[in-house]
This record gives sequence, C-alpha cells and structure tokens, in this order.
Amino acid sequence: MTSPDQAQVDGCGAQAGGVPVTAATDAGSQAVVEGRVVRDNAPLSTGYARLLGTGDEFVAEVPLGEDGGFRFFAAPGTWRLRVLAPGGARADRSVSAEYGKVTKVEVTV
Amino acid sequence: MSRSEALVDAEWVEAHAGDPGIVLVEVDEDTSAYDKGHIRNAIKIDWKKDLQDPVRRDFVDRVGFEKLLSARGISNDDTVVLYGGNNNWFAAYAYWYFKLYGHHNVKLLDGGRKKWELESRELTTDVPQRPATSYKASEQDPALRAKRDEVLDAIGKRNLVDVRSPDEFAGRLLAPAHLPQEQAQRGGHIPTARNVPWSKAANEDGTFRSDDDLRTLYADEAGLDFGKDTIAYCRIGERSAHTWFVLHELLEQPNVKNYDGSWTEYGSLVGVPIELGDAR
Repeated sequence: MTSPDQAQVDGCGAQAGGVPVTAATDAGSQAVVEGRVVRDNAPLSTGYARLLGTGDEFVAEVPLGEDGGFRFFAAPGTWRLRVLAPGGARADRSVSAEYGKVTKVEVTV
Repeated sequence: MSRSEALVDAEWVEAHAGDPGIVLVEVDEDTSAYDKGHIRNAIKIDWKKDLQDPVRRDFVDRVGFEKLLSARGISNDDTVVLYGGNNNWFAAYAYWYFKLYGHHNVKLLDGGRKKWELESRELTTDVPQRPATSYKASEQDPALRAKRDEVLDAIGKRNLVDVRSPDEFAGRLLAPAHLPQEQAQRGGHIPTARNVPWSKAANEDGTFRSDDDLRTLYADEAGLDFGKDTIAYCRIGERSAHTWFVLHELLEQPNVKNYDGSWTEYGSLVGVPIELGDAR
C-alpha cells in the first residue's frame, strides 16, 4: 500500500490523509502539485484540497495535513485546485503541472 | 433498502451514537485518522488489516469475520453505522462487506468524516470499550459479489459500470504512479462497460446526490438499462462499492453486484477481451 508521504490520484486504495510538505519533494518524472493552506496566519489542518479538471471534473482529493499541507501527483496540464475549509469557506486556484516539476501553491482561506 | 433506511445524518449520529444497540464504526485504510480524532463512541475497522486475508487475495472467511466482530463487541442484533474518509469509499465497502456476510442492519453516515469535519463537529480520542460478543455470520451472499467468470459472461449482456476516472477507463493510466504494486498488466476497460466515475454520485461535501439526480446520471446520461442486472467495478473494489451502494441501496436496483477483483484482476487475466479509448 501507500506510504505516509504519498498522496492520491483518484486511486482505489489510495492513502487517506494529508501530507507534511516540509520535506523537499523530488518530482522525478512526476508532475507534482503541492502546497499549504493558511487561515489567520496559521496552518489549517482541518480541511480538504481537491484537484479538478476541465468542467470542474473531479480528479482527486486529500485531507490537509497537520501543517496544512497537500500534495497531488497530477498529469501534466492545467488544473483547478479547490480548498474546502470548515465554516463553508472555500478557495479556488488555477495551477499548472508538468513532468519533473513541483508546482507550489499557498492558499489562504 | 431505501435512502431513509440506508443513510443517517450527523444529527442522528449525535443523538444516537451512544444508544444501546447502536455501534458506530469508522472504516479507513489509514487508521491514523481515527487515532487523531473520531466521532464519540466510534470504534475502528482497518479496511486492509481487518477485512482482507493476510495471505491470499480474498476477504477474511466467515469464521474470521465472526472473530473480528466478536472481538470488537458487535452483536448480530446491533445496528452498525459506518463512516470514513475518502468520501466514504471504505465505509461503503464495509457496508457491502457486512451485507455480504448477512449483517443486514447497516447504515452509512451521509458525507462521512469529511462533512463531519467541515461542520466542525466534535471529534475525540477517547476509545470506547465494548465487551466481546459471540457474533455469528452467514456464508457470503453470492447475489452481491461478482467473480471473474461471471464478469466475462456478462459482457454485452448485463450493465457493466466502470467507476474509475476517465483516464483509467481509456487505458491512459494503469494506476496512480505511486501505487505500482496494485497495477494491472494491461490498461483499458471491460468491453461494453459504461464509465460513470464514482465521484459523479457524490456532492462536494461527500453526501450522495439526490435520487432524482442519480437516476438521471445512470439511466439518462450513462445509458444504463435498469431492466438489466448490473456489475460495478473499479481497480480493487471499494470505489465500486460506493457505486454499488448508490444503485442497490439508494436506487433500489434489485440485481447489482460488486466485482471486487476489479481491474487489478481483469487487467492481468490472460486472453480476455479489453477495450481501449474514451467512453462513447
């Protein structure tokens, strides 16, 4: 199964749980989108990050980690990143992913 | 079964989770979520460690299931209320699994752990102690579980619903790159299968869409013939348990099976037909 530092890409048996993003990520041959969610200048540890495709088609979702972190191993392309936070708060960002690169995003809700 | 019998909401759980005869169970692959905080009175079941045979690719057998439920303090008469992360994937899988072994009084918390968290409801690290029971399970109900020969025979005859993402369906993705050990030998889908990703059945907060929306999704948009029997599959069978729940429990379709061997089995079989490309 997965190891704790791996996030899901809409896979059966994918890891549930956010990931700490303090450690540097080696993208290798993957297209990585990772980042952190902040509320009131503090990491938001309760919430969810969703990766959406064309027409807001669902691709993947992870719960935020203790440090507000999330990570997706996406396919190359442009995606919509949506953060869901308690209290009905949400935030959308457009993100681009490419092979061999870690795209970093910081989101404030 | 119907929506009102199969689902409960958060208010119901807050009011009844501690009642005698009610057992709340969090089901996840990664039980660290439970350990960090869970709904009061909930016990945990590990989707893999508790429900899968440690050697063969199969479920724990009837005796193993009896031992598990007895040790967790679940009685035959208890109402089991399941919830979990990943939009209730693993909870839906456990729901199907409990039904498979004849435990009929099962419910899902609509929205699972995600909706509960987003509504900032109470989580606790207190672990309830439940005295052991002497649980008796039935033999597996073959009406709920499809195996490979039955799936092969169903091509072109029954509804086959592939609930994976469009890229997996088309054969562009064999598996997420970080899960190579669960990868099938070949990509694609079972011929004649319709692609209805599980996520289309769920709202953003993890709750199930309305019955009307779901009927439209499967019958009108995906072209499922509700007059035929149906088999749902994904990659290892828990996303398709979510869809089995929708079709069998919410929409009350009588003959729906989950193929838990799913693509990791089918895509590695020698000589079986495979179709590539996007849904038509």
